[in-house]
Amino acid sequence: MKGPRSGRGVRPRVVVLRTAGTNCDLETVHALQRAGAEAERVHVRRLAERPADLGRYAILVLPGGFTYGDDVAAGRVLAVELRARLGDALGEFVAHGGLVLGVCNGFQVLVRAGLLPGGPAALGPEPQATLAANESNRFECRWVHVSVRGGGSPWLPERDEVWPLPVAHGEGRFLTRGPAVLEALEREGRVAFRYVDERGRPGGYPANPNGSAHHIAGVTDPTGQVLGLMPHPERNVEPWHHPAWTRLGVRAAGEGLALFRRGVAAARSG
Amino acid sequence: MSEVPRAEAPPTVHRVEVVYRDEIPDPRGRAAATLLTEAGLRGLECVRTARLYVLEGASDPDRIARELLVDPVVERHAVDAPCLPEKGPQTRVLTVVRRPGVMDPASASVRRGVHDLGERVEAVRTAWRYYLMGELDDAAERLAIRVLANATVEEVLVGPARVPGSLGQRLPPGRSAARVSLNDLEEDALLGLARGRGLSLDLEEMRAVQQHFLRLGREPTDVELETIAQTWSEHCKHKTFAAPIRYTGPEGRREVVDGIFRTFIVAATRAIAAPWCVSVFEDNAGVVAFDGPWCLSFKVETHNHPSALEPYGGAGTGLGGVIRDTLGTGLGARPIASTDVFCLGPPDLPALEVPPGVLHPRRVLRGVVAGVRDYGNRMGIPTVNGALVFDRRYAANPLVYCGSVGLVPRDRVAKEARSGDLVVAVGGRTGRDGIHGATFSSAALDESSETLSSGAVQIGDPITEKRLADAVLAARDRGLHRSITDCGAGGFSSAVGEMARGLGAEVDLDQAPLKYPGLGPAEVWISEAQERMVLAVPPAALEGLRALCAEEDVEVAVLGRFTDSGRLVLSWHGETVGDLDLAFLHEGMPRPERVARWDAPRRASTGTGEGRTPRPRRPSGEVLLALLSGWDTCSREWVVRQYDHEVQGAAAVRPLVGPWEGPSDAAVLAPLAGSRRGVAIACGLAPRYGDLDPYRMAACSIDEAVRNAVAVGADPARIAILDNFAWGDPSDPATLGALVRAAQACHDVAVGLGTPFISGKDSLNNVYRHEGRATAIPGTLLVSALGVLEDVTRSITMDLKGPGHRLHAVGLTRDEVGGSAWGALEGLEGGEAPAVDAGRARAIYAAVHQAMGQGLVLACHDASEGGLGVALAEMALAGEAGLEVDLGRLPVDGDLDDARRLWSESASRLLLEAAPEAAGALEACLAGLPHADIGATTASGRLVVRGTSGGEVLEAPLEALREAWRTPLGRALEGGSP
Repeated sequence: MKGPRSGRGVRPRVVVLRTAGTNCDLETVHALQRAGAEAERVHVRRLAERPADLGRYAILVLPGGFTYGDDVAAGRVLAVELRARLGDALGEFVAHGGLVLGVCNGFQVLVRAGLLPGGPAALGPEPQATLAANESNRFECRWVHVSVRGGGSPWLPERDEVWPLPVAHGEGRFLTRGPAVLEALEREGRVAFRYVDERGRPGGYPANPNGSAHHIAGVTDPTGQVLGLMPHPERNVEPWHHPAWTRLGVRAAGEGLALFRRGVAAARSG
Repeated sequence: MSEVPRAEAPPTVHRVEVVYRDEIPDPRGRAAATLLTEAGLRGLECVRTARLYVLEGASDPDRIARELLVDPVVERHAVDAPCLPEKGPQTRVLTVVRRPGVMDPASASVRRGVHDLGERVEAVRTAWRYYLMGELDDAAERLAIRVLANATVEEVLVGPARVPGSLGQRLPPGRSAARVSLNDLEEDALLGLARGRGLSLDLEEMRAVQQHFLRLGREPTDVELETIAQTWSEHCKHKTFAAPIRYTGPEGRREVVDGIFRTFIVAATRAIAAPWCVSVFEDNAGVVAFDGPWCLSFKVETHNHPSALEPYGGAGTGLGGVIRDTLGTGLGARPIASTDVFCLGPPDLPALEVPPGVLHPRRVLRGVVAGVRDYGNRMGIPTVNGALVFDRRYAANPLVYCGSVGLVPRDRVAKEARSGDLVVAVGGRTGRDGIHGATFSSAALDESSETLSSGAVQIGDPITEKRLADAVLAARDRGLHRSITDCGAGGFSSAVGEMARGLGAEVDLDQAPLKYPGLGPAEVWISEAQERMVLAVPPAALEGLRALCAEEDVEVAVLGRFTDSGRLVLSWHGETVGDLDLAFLHEGMPRPERVARWDAPRRASTGTGEGRTPRPRRPSGEVLLALLSGWDTCSREWVVRQYDHEVQGAAAVRPLVGPWEGPSDAAVLAPLAGSRRGVAIACGLAPRYGDLDPYRMAACSIDEAVRNAVAVGADPARIAILDNFAWGDPSDPATLGALVRAAQACHDVAVGLGTPFISGKDSLNNVYRHEGRATAIPGTLLVSALGVLEDVTRSITMDLKGPGHRLHAVGLTRDEVGGSAWGALEGLEGGEAPAVDAGRARAIYAAVHQAMGQGLVLACHDASEGGLGVALAEMALAGEAGLEVDLGRLPVDGDLDDARRLWSESASRLLLEAAPEAAGALEACLAGLPHADIGATTASGRLVVRGTSGGEVLEAPLEALREAWRTPLGRALEGGSP
């Protein structure tokens, strides 16, 4: 198998994986293209037929949606499919420096497959974390603030920042299998996104919209190459995406674009 | 017919039960406990829930459980054993399982996961178990069964022993085609036949059918009879809207209306002759030009009767159905937004006042919101606009409107099946679901509807529809089909019958893929199983379509072909079971004349200037808080948050705006990546005015929808509208007279505003009969508006932007408190409903749009329900900005007291926030129109209103207004999903 290096270049190649129920693929492709990537939607079935094709890309993105209806649990059925059909290819992809991003349902898939927070070594049926039903027991769509941890991942800015991003999910409550997993994530600086209030401080509902432990909204694997988050950066890309743009004025771009730009830049130079 | 096949030795059945770990709170259990307590269950201590998977022929149930079904971080499981103690004085166990034949979407996903694990399973069924803990007697158990399950689609197994066993579908086998003896029947027998078969045809129609077959010299088959009944149903043919009507109007004026639809709706669109209308009244949705090669489509449907019986499934499949209308517009439009409007009984309706056999409005509301949520969110289509209207008369006949907006390339709007094209079914399989939906939805409800019509109610499967959508849009882009339509009411019979119009078709009904064996040809033909569409495919394109659908995991079945015979020929395993003349099918329906009459109700005065002493009234501050917290005005946040209104990344103006999240007038989307062209989506409805005058009701509905679109920045010269009537029994001349009068207003106001109708639909017979008494809904017209914005970054939101700005009122306030929210609050009878001066409204909207284009407008909001007072409060609380207003400066007609200035609901009024230095330019835009600077925004954190005498008539801190407005609905409905 060729390494993901072959997907690099001025416009790094990105595969946006889709299947039945994926529904944020088009806007995710748009955000990636705005960030300078060459993004392509590929059905998981086609990739599973030729797992080595993953090596043609520099970045793999699992977009939001309700894959297979989120039946059983959000992202579970696709996670089983990835493990069974693309597990080895995924491990190799990350080992060769490939970047992986999972947003919302994509994050749920990565966690259920074990790729987050443990990385390729943890791919398997014994996940160390989960995204459980929101404490409210309801799907909720709202804008939140997240503090972004600077550094530590090619996806993230160099310095800590606070971004407004929308969440839209019913199962986003990040919990781990025992406190040790949580402590390790904190110790190793792998909590990439944390729900905060507009002043940047952690708070209860609705600042933390789902009851996540330690207000966690997104994490990386030990290498930092694999990132998953519940909020939707691809929905804060255009000047008019921010919910208060009619008060703040029209900006050049939304904060979410920075994430895609960082990832694409890393793939370009890496 | 063959029986359901059964294996000699049934495969082993295993049960996997999954619960939250004991230390993890069970949110679903907590929600169930809230519902049960609210329903009056006493002695309940707690509820725990378990998901139950019944696996038939599973190779390794424990591994399947561990690696697929259980989340080890928060859950635990047991195989063939309960997870929690089932027995004991303090525990009652209820297992809720879907009835045979009702869709269980999770089943297919579990099978896929099992397969990916390398394991085997033959069949999967899922259920929920509720462990109720506490001192509960049998009566409590019976109550719990009613609350936790809907008998229409679910059954409840009580106690530990009763668990679903074999998965064999316990369905009666289908009848094969049969001749029906029709030709010798007399009047009573004809009607008896129609009723017995649930055909919803009246005597005259049955006679026309009889005449037709007498001429042919043969009896019809059941398939033929069903086809005619489906095609001629009110739902499909809109008989009332097409019928000639002898109408007696006010002052006894008589006229003959040659069809409401043609005379008022189509005529208005023709008169306006907007060059940007691309396809109107022809296709599954109306189509207008949008941006370069792109067009927009819009369609709104009702799904009232199914939603009354099973709100979750009814609303979900209602949305699913209208989304398929979008997919079936032109050669396929991409759904980009959904709308939903619910008209329901008030959430606090006392249980004793809920009519027999009817679900409580709270349960209906929770169910319909969850239905729209699950279908729309899973499809990935943002639900961006809607409304809630509450009235006791909707309690037995709730209205559920769902709308869908699509994007379609201009060169994919035209469609035409050709002789020789294949009739191809794509999407879900056909089952016994929804048999007789079209005829059922055309009849009235009564207390027995719940048990009799369960076949007409279904649960949707949005992921099947999402796959179907992905496949259809790809097929459109590759040019693989020449025509497409969705299977809605009437199923294949309506879809194929419609596409074959002017051509002919031969259909092999046995080629349709079935969910389970045992269906007869008539059932296949009229089944309303969801998530199916019919394509006309040139034979050369079939392989391409098959390959594409295989990739998207969508089933394809060739049912037959289109011909040029003018006949619809149906066969079943080689035998002809139907042979109908398409001309008779589509044009043979009798068009009897109807009688309609409208008498103006006697008006009572509401007090001003006519010598009557008004009763002592509440102070304005108190009125404002009561209106803001009233069901018709209070925040819809509880609903809005459950819908993904951000998916597809196109949102520019959302349902809630401003730092304190006030009610937006309309939604704005930028649906094309890389383009700033925007689409505004709005609605208007005002059923309360209809009691005074249906003409004004309809006029205000249109005016409100258009005004809402203008308020966010839509170009008033580029607004298309949709009419969706929901009415009572049209055989009652007064009810039909009110409909005629409402339709007249549709014509006059649409022409006056220059906003063409592009699509519409009607739902009649919204009547509930009980013990000889009939309750009808108030005649309701939903108007939906679709507007275009040159540039979404010029959109305006309704939240005040900050202190130091001026507030301008545009439009005239008159003594029009009839049917107003204030009138209802104060118990005032009669009065004038707001009248619309369409010419002036048009001028106002053009002028306001011009001012917006010049960047003069900082915020804009319409004044409608609750009048100026509520509009002021909403703008202030949304923007967290103080406001000081002088009622003496308000442009009014005549001598109006302060209360009327505040609460009158006169039409066509907008409030604008503008910088002080914009006054001159704004004046230039608004010259000649009623308008005035009525106040200023402040940093005081208060809303202050001065009356005509100069004194304060209203003064309230914003926090109080916000609290009153924000909380009522959530508080009434908190408790989670049903």
